[in-house]
Amino acid sequence: MLRDITIGQYYPADSVIHRLDPRTKLMAALIYILSLFIFRGWAGFAAVTLGLILMIALSRVPFGYMVRGLKAIVVILVITILFNLFLTPGESLVEIWKVKITWEGLKSAGFMAVRLTYLILGSSLLTLTTTPNQLTDGMEKAFKPFNKLHIPVHEISMMMSIALRFIPILIEETDKIMKAQLARGAEFESGSLIKKAKSMVPLLVPLFVSAFRRANDLAMAMEARCYHGGEGRTKMKPLKYKRSDGAAYLLSAGYFAGVIALRILL
Amino acid sequence: MSIILDKVNYVYSEKIAYEIHALKNINLKIGDGEFIGIIGHTGSGKSTLIQHLNGLMRATSGGIYYNGQDIYEDDYELKNLRGKVGLVFQYPEHQLFETTIFADVAFGPKNQGFSKKEAELKAFTALRSVGLPEDYWYRSPFELSGGQKRRVAIAGVLAMEPEVLILDEPTAGLDPRGRDEILNQVAKLHEERHMTIILVSHSMEDVAEYVERLIVMNQGSIMLDGTPGEVFAHYLELEAVGLAAPQVTYLMHDLRKHGIQVPGIATTLDEAKEAILLTFEK
Amino acid sequence: MNFIEARKLVHEYIRRDEEGNVESILTALDQVDLDVKQGEFVAVLGHNGSGKSTLAKHLNVLLAASGGTLWVDGKNAEDEDNIWAIRQNAGMVFQNPDNQIIASVVEEDVAFGPENIGVPTAQIWKRVERSLKSVGMIQYREHSPNKLSGGQKQRIAIAGVMAMEPKCIVLDEPTAMLDPNGRREVLDAVEQLNKEKGITIILITHYMEEVVRADRVYVMDNGKVVMQGDPRSIFSQVDTLKSYRLDVPQITLLAYELRKAGLNIPEGILTRQELVEALCQLY
Repeated sequence: MLRDITIGQYYPADSVIHRLDPRTKLMAALIYILSLFIFRGWAGFAAVTLGLILMIALSRVPFGYMVRGLKAIVVILVITILFNLFLTPGESLVEIWKVKITWEGLKSAGFMAVRLTYLILGSSLLTLTTTPNQLTDGMEKAFKPFNKLHIPVHEISMMMSIALRFIPILIEETDKIMKAQLARGAEFESGSLIKKAKSMVPLLVPLFVSAFRRANDLAMAMEARCYHGGEGRTKMKPLKYKRSDGAAYLLSAGYFAGVIALRILL
Repeated sequence: MSIILDKVNYVYSEKIAYEIHALKNINLKIGDGEFIGIIGHTGSGKSTLIQHLNGLMRATSGGIYYNGQDIYEDDYELKNLRGKVGLVFQYPEHQLFETTIFADVAFGPKNQGFSKKEAELKAFTALRSVGLPEDYWYRSPFELSGGQKRRVAIAGVLAMEPEVLILDEPTAGLDPRGRDEILNQVAKLHEERHMTIILVSHSMEDVAEYVERLIVMNQGSIMLDGTPGEVFAHYLELEAVGLAAPQVTYLMHDLRKHGIQVPGIATTLDEAKEAILLTFEK
Repeated sequence: MNFIEARKLVHEYIRRDEEGNVESILTALDQVDLDVKQGEFVAVLGHNGSGKSTLAKHLNVLLAASGGTLWVDGKNAEDEDNIWAIRQNAGMVFQNPDNQIIASVVEEDVAFGPENIGVPTAQIWKRVERSLKSVGMIQYREHSPNKLSGGQKQRIAIAGVMAMEPKCIVLDEPTAMLDPNGRREVLDAVEQLNKEKGITIILITHYMEEVVRADRVYVMDNGKVVMQGDPRSIFSQVDTLKSYRLDVPQITLLAYELRKAGLNIPEGILTRQELVEALCQLY
């Protein structure tokens, strides 16, 4: 269930990909996702597959671990495949009663499934090889130009990293409150939808009260430690590009050019 | 009323990596009207143990019998059990949610299926028994002080009229006055209603003062079980696992070491005072 | 001048109704005088609601006074330009260990303070290492704070303050949510910082056992400072302490009771050894 979702989880390992600057990985992931929508034909398919295999191999994340993350999107995947399979007009292959499957439908369903699967695998590779903190750091720095548009980039990334720290605490707290209300005879599972929604009140009110209390405490603790926004702040672990990042950028650019070339030429 | 735990084990695995044996082969009989203290440091399994007593956690193996009935039997109503074995968690004030104190206390009995009137009657009695002045009852629970909130939360469990009351660290974070008020209230429930009380605590001094039987948990097992005097006689073993006897118990040992023959094992201030005065009057 | 000097400090919480009229005024601090010398270990005792937490927040300029003056490290707390300098010099540790840890990795959390005051990267690394060592948590530097015990989390919080290289640490009930082991860990760490690094300590608490180690004790009740002195002179006044809703360590109380019963025991016994010695002399 919940623990099957590998998207957003970090897989600790020491690999070339893990050591890359988060900005590089963000860019590469973006390029890869774009390439998934550009590629066409068998040659393009071969290129994106090769790209993915190469990245997974370099990341040292076990393939089985990655595939488990796909469980979360099985439903979406099946729906997409069915839509493409049955609703694409063209030369019919099989016809059962009023439903017909076309050759075009089969092809587009196949490619759609590939696109979706690769999309999930590619983007989960980003989070699997980057700690949440690195990721927010990378985003803060990568999106810094947006500061000029009065988008509070530093604040948003600070919020993200605090959220990441407090999610496990709030999950634990939910469990505690739930147990305490169960001990008072509350029921969370049974009854109609309305009854179920109503039964969430004894859970949600204390949870919100506690979250606000924590937020208040945290704000005070941050102020006490001289936090006053991003201005004049230094970093313990500043982001710095290394040689491997340059290589990765080059490789990504080459890959992207290749996919585009394949589309135009073939 | 009786609760019997027969070879109860609880094992859980954290992210499949390794298993944690939180309760190891627990055999325990809790009789009617007992006042029991459970001590043990964080992670000793004491919280896990009490959550088994009202069926919130399910043992991996072994059986639990309430009044001779197997609570793991398919047709056993766990919800009824939770009404009979009232459990007050640590920091219970964090679970308050209703708009008024009175409504919050009535939440339990309403869940038990009592009518509005009956539930309110029970809330009334429960609030009385924790000694919260009546002019507070229709205020928001969020306006109360820490000690008052905690009393409301305890009333919320008492309103279900349990036969057993389990309190997990009921005095955590309270100041001395708040602590004494809560503990005296609990002791009164025991004396006047002969309610079975199980008090989970870190404070040896508190526990020794009130309970009749003491259970020491360590690494998922029951390490010692007996009267406070019996248990604290093992003060060296207690220390080895990061627990300590009350200060006065140590004092008695120290005095004997210095050749002052004070009688008995004192676990409370009064006992120590009596023993010392007896020795010195001679 | 003392490191901290408060004169007739007043703090009022004013509650207003919807139209802005004053509904009620709660005087949390009532003409408080406080003097703390550099390098001292001062404890402030009081029951919940006695105003001791409000006082702590003033020392870090998290609250502004309604009246009176406060000087910290020779700087007037009223002057807004001094806020950051005071916060850096008088660091603060709060009650709830979870609600003051900001980062998901221990060392990054300790770095939070120095990052805020613009310490260069290389310096931050040195400070983080030094602070974590000073509270005995260096082996946990790469851990997630979520898996640590309460006492360990509080030591991380102390390290986070230490990394700003303050002259003083104010601890606002740092042990209230901890078990006895955690309590001991935190107090030992605090005492060590005071003894070895000369850090001024202000420990706010309602546990009497914790103030035995202090140089001086202030007792607060109803927003006022009602007693002050060294631990021994404070603890010899058992009845007065009880009237302020505080309780006395079991040994001190026993000594007091024995004295009342006619045994010739000196006043203000603090530890077990002292009582044993006193009784041995009588025997």
